[in-house]
Amino acid sequence: MAASLYGLIARFDTAPEIYHAAEQVRDAGYKNWDCITPFPVHGLDGAMGVRRSHVPKFSLLGGITGFITGMSMIWFMNSVDYPLIVGGKPYFSPLFAFPVAYELTILFTAFATIAGMFIMNLLPQHYHPVLKSKEILRGLDDAFYVVIEARDPRFDLARARALLTQAGAKEISELEA
Amino acid sequence: MAHAHSDHPAPAILAEVNPAPLPRATLVENNRSLNWVTEKICGIIEAPTPKWWWIAFAVSGFLALFTIAGIAYLVAAGVGVWGHANPVNWAWDIVNFVFWIGIGHAGTLISAILCLLRQKWRTSINRAAEAMTIFAVVCAAIFPVFHVGRVWFAVLPGYLFPFPNSNAIWPQFRSPLEWDVFAVSTYGTVSVLFWYVGLIPDLAILRDRFYKAGNKVKSFLYGIFAMGWRGSNRHWSNYEMAYLILAGVSTPLVLSVHTIVSFDFAVSLLPGWHTTIFPPYFVAGAIFSGFGMVLTLMLPLRAIFRLEDLITQYHIDCMCKIVLATGTIVGYAYGMEFFIAWYGANPYEGFAFINRAFGHYAWAYWIMIGCNVITPQFFWFKKVRQNIAFVWVLSIFVNVGMWFERFVIIVTSLARDFLPSSWGYYSPSAVEIFTFFGTFGVFGVLFLLFIRFLPIMPMAEIKAVMPQADVHGGHDKH
Repeated sequence: MAASLYGLIARFDTAPEIYHAAEQVRDAGYKNWDCITPFPVHGLDGAMGVRRSHVPKFSLLGGITGFITGMSMIWFMNSVDYPLIVGGKPYFSPLFAFPVAYELTILFTAFATIAGMFIMNLLPQHYHPVLKSKEILRGLDDAFYVVIEARDPRFDLARARALLTQAGAKEISELEA
Repeated sequence: MAHAHSDHPAPAILAEVNPAPLPRATLVENNRSLNWVTEKICGIIEAPTPKWWWIAFAVSGFLALFTIAGIAYLVAAGVGVWGHANPVNWAWDIVNFVFWIGIGHAGTLISAILCLLRQKWRTSINRAAEAMTIFAVVCAAIFPVFHVGRVWFAVLPGYLFPFPNSNAIWPQFRSPLEWDVFAVSTYGTVSVLFWYVGLIPDLAILRDRFYKAGNKVKSFLYGIFAMGWRGSNRHWSNYEMAYLILAGVSTPLVLSVHTIVSFDFAVSLLPGWHTTIFPPYFVAGAIFSGFGMVLTLMLPLRAIFRLEDLITQYHIDCMCKIVLATGTIVGYAYGMEFFIAWYGANPYEGFAFINRAFGHYAWAYWIMIGCNVITPQFFWFKKVRQNIAFVWVLSIFVNVGMWFERFVIIVTSLARDFLPSSWGYYSPSAVEIFTFFGTFGVFGVLFLLFIRFLPIMPMAEIKAVMPQADVHGGHDKH
């Protein structure tokens, strides 16, 4: 056995196969495991038992911040710090301030969404056992993999192998950490 | 594509009724495998640089020098080197700005709006269209920044962007010109971010392919930007959500940006400018011209790189139909403007439109009508849509026509406003002409670099819409 075993990686060749395999791994009670797919496979989240993403929370926060920033910035600049009289109109109105605040809402939502996605994915992570493996080349191209990590409390090398074989894996190898 | 729905068992009624399967167009023809897609797209980057690319790059680079020279001369000698003179103080500069921004909008429409509308055919063209958007925004931004004359005041000390400055002054936020600053900046930034996020999985593919081929330098460079992407489904889950949110946020963005650009004119009092039709009219026109440019770019790429299985006749049909629809909206807007000018019984408004058609700029007006109203109508006919060369020529006409539309709107209203003693005729100076044509060179340089070094199609998204992606093994249930 490798001195530092990260886990097992098993190859499946089609989307339906990995879908059903994922259901079995989920039902077997594993928690520290993942699927490697070349594209987002429709329905695989449910098969894995992955909950809804938390990214929208970041987006909402970003959007609210953007809107408040826009409105307060304009209020401060055009009404408090250097009041500008334009056509005898009020110094500040949410109507004229709206377009800029709207654009800042969108901008900050975009920043927050991307930041949220990176944070939730713990990216950038340029080192990872899967990235060292030979399987990653096909995992991003045309094959589908299930990875079960050795740190999972239920992990047992023989039993995990048996489960994956029984789920239809074409090839199973060990990942070194 | 991002819909995170979980599986429901099929309702019993379906077994009873047994509906016929809906024929759906094949998005990738000839039963290609997933690996074929990867090899096809990566092959373009991994192959040695083709000779035509060097020639095109040299020509574009040379053209781009015109813009650089024109801008340098403008900053050194002042705005007087342009043909602007009372009463026409906005001319080619603003026409070019609106022209390029409009082109950019198609990219965002394809990426964001077609994503929300679940139009799977967008996957073959969205990366190149998004790149087109970014480069178009770069070309567009040149003009509002440099047309102010004292550029060093515009950008940093706070005339455009609200920075503290020595006069302790802030911009005036009631002005659409200021709204433009935020709109265009936001649009450029969000477009780049959306494009980059889409690139991450594909950069990972290239990272690993270059590593396997032994090219450690390229693998490292692509790998930096790939952020360590490893195709994890837990990552895809967050990624798809982020993509969907970005698409959802880019949709109102693209609609608002060109609306705000149209406000530059609509909030004024000039006849021909001061109409409420401008926002939807400009947005439709932007999409129209943008799709024209997408066709202009993608059809040659399709032929050169033999991408017929990825950009199929169905894709071309869809793009032509969008050109037809938006072109018809633009034509309708022309008619409506004319009608309201008559119906509103405002003599200045009425004159403005008669003058457009029969005055000193009538030549520009009729080019515009021919290119924008008549040209797209050819796309009603299937035979026309299937003739790729003809479609390409028509797409050029669309772009020419949309440039002339902005020219007609801006220059005719300024040249003949309320008071006849103010009237004047505008002609562009050589500097303006060279600066504008040079921007095609700038665009060309950027686009050529894009197709040389980055995957021109999103491999992961294309694979996701192929039949192999269906977990139920073949039937597409939505």
